[in-house]
Amino acid sequence: MLTDEEKREIDVEVAKYHRKSAAGPEALKIVQGYRGWISDESLKDVARYLDMTDDELDAVATCYNFIFRKPVGRHIVVICDSVSCWIMGYEQILRHIEQRLGIQMGQTTGDGRFTLLPGACLGACDKAPVMMVDDDLHIELDPGKVDDILDRYQ
Amino acid sequence: MTSAPMEKPLTKNIRPGEEPLDITEYERAGGYQALRKALQMSPAQIQQMVADSNLKGRGGAGFPTGKKWSFVPMGDKARRPKFVAVNADEMEPGTFKDRLLLEGDPNLVVESAIITSYAIEADAAYIFIRWAYKLAAQRATKAIAQAYEKGYLGRNILGSPYSLEMYVHTSAGRYLCGEEDGLLNALEGKRAIPRTKPPHAVIVGLWGKPTAVNNVETLANVPYIVSNGAEAFKALSHTDEGGTKLYGISGRVKRTGIWELPMGTTLGEIFHEYAGGMLDGYKFRGLLPGGASTSFLLEDHFDARMDFSSMDKTGSRLGTGTIIVLDDKTCPVAMVHNLEQFFARESCGWCTPCREGLPWVRNLLEAIEQGQGTPEDLGILQEHTWLLGLGHTFCALAPGAVMPLEGALKYFREDFENHIRQQRCPWR
Repeated sequence: MLTDEEKREIDVEVAKYHRKSAAGPEALKIVQGYRGWISDESLKDVARYLDMTDDELDAVATCYNFIFRKPVGRHIVVICDSVSCWIMGYEQILRHIEQRLGIQMGQTTGDGRFTLLPGACLGACDKAPVMMVDDDLHIELDPGKVDDILDRYQ
Repeated sequence: MTSAPMEKPLTKNIRPGEEPLDITEYERAGGYQALRKALQMSPAQIQQMVADSNLKGRGGAGFPTGKKWSFVPMGDKARRPKFVAVNADEMEPGTFKDRLLLEGDPNLVVESAIITSYAIEADAAYIFIRWAYKLAAQRATKAIAQAYEKGYLGRNILGSPYSLEMYVHTSAGRYLCGEEDGLLNALEGKRAIPRTKPPHAVIVGLWGKPTAVNNVETLANVPYIVSNGAEAFKALSHTDEGGTKLYGISGRVKRTGIWELPMGTTLGEIFHEYAGGMLDGYKFRGLLPGGASTSFLLEDHFDARMDFSSMDKTGSRLGTGTIIVLDDKTCPVAMVHNLEQFFARESCGWCTPCREGLPWVRNLLEAIEQGQGTPEDLGILQEHTWLLGLGHTFCALAPGAVMPLEGALKYFREDFENHIRQQRCPWR
């Protein structure tokens, strides 16, 4: 069941478009914002609300990189692995984070604190290497700086 | 002799590291005067002015903007509603120019979109901002809300008969959202896959209605053109392609960043004068002039002008105009592997050459980089630059993807051969 709050926010998105189904990606993001990820049940709830079949909406959900169809940690770490960041030291940053968190790309820490994901160019190539943690962009990374940043996300 | 400071239609209000102008400061700096002037003109006059200015699309393709708009059905018989979609889905690796405009002068982006919408008689406009640009989306949302308060959006704009609604859409991340039709599918809430052309979006676009899709930087030139005229805009350029251009550079150079310079500034000037050359201890080997979907160029090309037609002559493309530099301590094979990994991952899988070809290319490059390449691999890679080239795939993703591969095979062939001969990467 969608909560009243979720429905209210989805309605705001629906009003922007000429068809209800157009709000699909935004509706999924809203529900994901409250529940962390999109379970089969959440998907069904959103699909019904937008007069879509589960399959129609799942096709949309699985197209986009930042709709999560599996559980994720409290914080999402996205390391930019595109060309400028790669030139400027992406591999070193990745190795450092994997070691520090004890997980590999695509995994979630045992305490459910972090999920580590690859990210396509984050559009901050002049400040490479960069990563995002949740909604925040972090630039000009080095291993020491990465440690300080991760400490801030409990 | 001191010359007058260069006019900067795109970045004149941008103060790096500071908050952007709010709408009142923007008005005080001359903002929204262009819209007032535009509303006194007919849409046809604005379209003509933009056509005369030689403004070409800054998203990478370089299609003349005025010509694109001229295909939109106009007048009472046109199917409604009509739409404008501002393409702010900046996700081309190595590209960070539209972020500067969106974060640095959101009111300019909004005013540009309103004038463009008026020029094609659109009923609604969407600014499609990629999910990662959180600050940009916040600022654009605020600029739109303030424009409504001031009467620049909504019913009867500034007392004119023209009405327009504007929305921000942020999506959930996929490279093909930046492709014109992928963007429209994404806006409709579908998978971000391309569509069959023709018909083109200007005739059959969003929900089947006429839609102009234009890049942020492209549209940000429109207020200047309307205020100052096509001739003044053309005069800003070094070549016959009008205006200024946001040029950027990343990699191991002394100064990375974005500069607004006359269109047609040479590669060498951007590299030496603005980027300050290579960082100490690094030597220049090559560069991609405009994002991941462009081919490599060498020092021999430094006299080439960075406009669409001059870059085409080099065998590369202007693309987005944001340069990525390859240095001597970075392996060119590994760099191309990184690029193809991106394209293989972002392929939508709709057409076979792209879905099957890009992972194959990536796997061959990975094998070569890891010391398991064979001499035949180079022939297979070369063949793929044709198999995945323009005209052989459903959209421009794969043809863009093989551009840096083609350039690398041409200019860094010896490095590929060394990997295969030594059965290892000489850089590792």
